[in-house]
Amino acid sequence: MVERQSPLEPAPLEPELRTGSHGDFEHGIDVILSEIKPGSILQLAAWPGQEKELIAGIRTVTGLALPDGAGAGSTDGVRSVFGFAPGKFTVVDEAEGLVSGFAGVVTPAIGTVTDLSHGRTAIRIAGPKAEWVLAKFFAIDFALPAFPVGAGRSTMHHDVFAQIQRTGADQFDIYVFRSFARSFWKALCHASEEVGYEVQ
Amino acid sequence: MLITCPYCGPRDVIEFTYQGDGNRERPQPASQNLDAWNAYVYNRLNPAGDHNEIWQHSGGCRAHLRVVRNTLTHEVSSVAFARGDHKSAARHKAEGKP
Ligand SMILES: [Zn+2]
Repeated sequence: MVERQSPLEPAPLEPELRTGSHGDFEHGIDVILSEIKPGSILQLAAWPGQEKELIAGIRTVTGLALPDGAGAGSTDGVRSVFGFAPGKFTVVDEAEGLVSGFAGVVTPAIGTVTDLSHGRTAIRIAGPKAEWVLAKFFAIDFALPAFPVGAGRSTMHHDVFAQIQRTGADQFDIYVFRSFARSFWKALCHASEEVGYEVQ
Repeated sequence: MLITCPYCGPRDVIEFTYQGDGNRERPQPASQNLDAWNAYVYNRLNPAGDHNEIWQHSGGCRAHLRVVRNTLTHEVSSVAFARGDHKSAARHKAEGKP
């Protein structure tokens, strides 16, 4: 695959892109921001009536079972999957080349597989105030009972479309369009300033 | 104003795009019935009350939705997926489409 360059490379006048502690961190670090750089980010869509077959195919290729329900998902720390629309799923792998695993499994009769690995940037926000920072951004319920671990949500922040998966009790992975990633990252940093954040 | 998407749950109206009056019947593409086309393009019920509308959850799951919204109170009394609804299903069948 073509070598990918992060849209979040630090520049001289952009301290919030550098690793280290930022904002009001004298009282502790309550938010940790990082770019997780998965090798594969895929979008899978089932034709009407083919959703069960697609879910079975995802399980065959990734080993991940999808729980029932809108926006349900799961993660094993290496691979992740979640529903983001009716019959549509985002599938992520740390390794590159996941798309080739779906060839012959998700056949043209079942649905489509679209490789977005170069088109999305994945940002992880973690820590005791992660939920609190995200609640400032998105008008959805981030409480654990309403947004369980593994589940995904499609929403947007100031017209920046975002897919969010909860990958831990206080950890979320946010997928944004690559071209918006830099400004979105900076907005996340500004929102995290008052609780102290660390860039990893 | 909140619209409760059947997939995503309650979301702010800013996530949705209005796709027009849900009462319209689009004539067959080859139709030369000028009255039917005129009605489709121009005639609206403009009710003071419940109104059938098509919205897209463009800032979420991107599904097209059939919404009943009260034009006086903005109360949304019904939301359903537009895909597979009886109107479009019957029309596609008549046109021999899947
Ligand atoms: Zn939706």
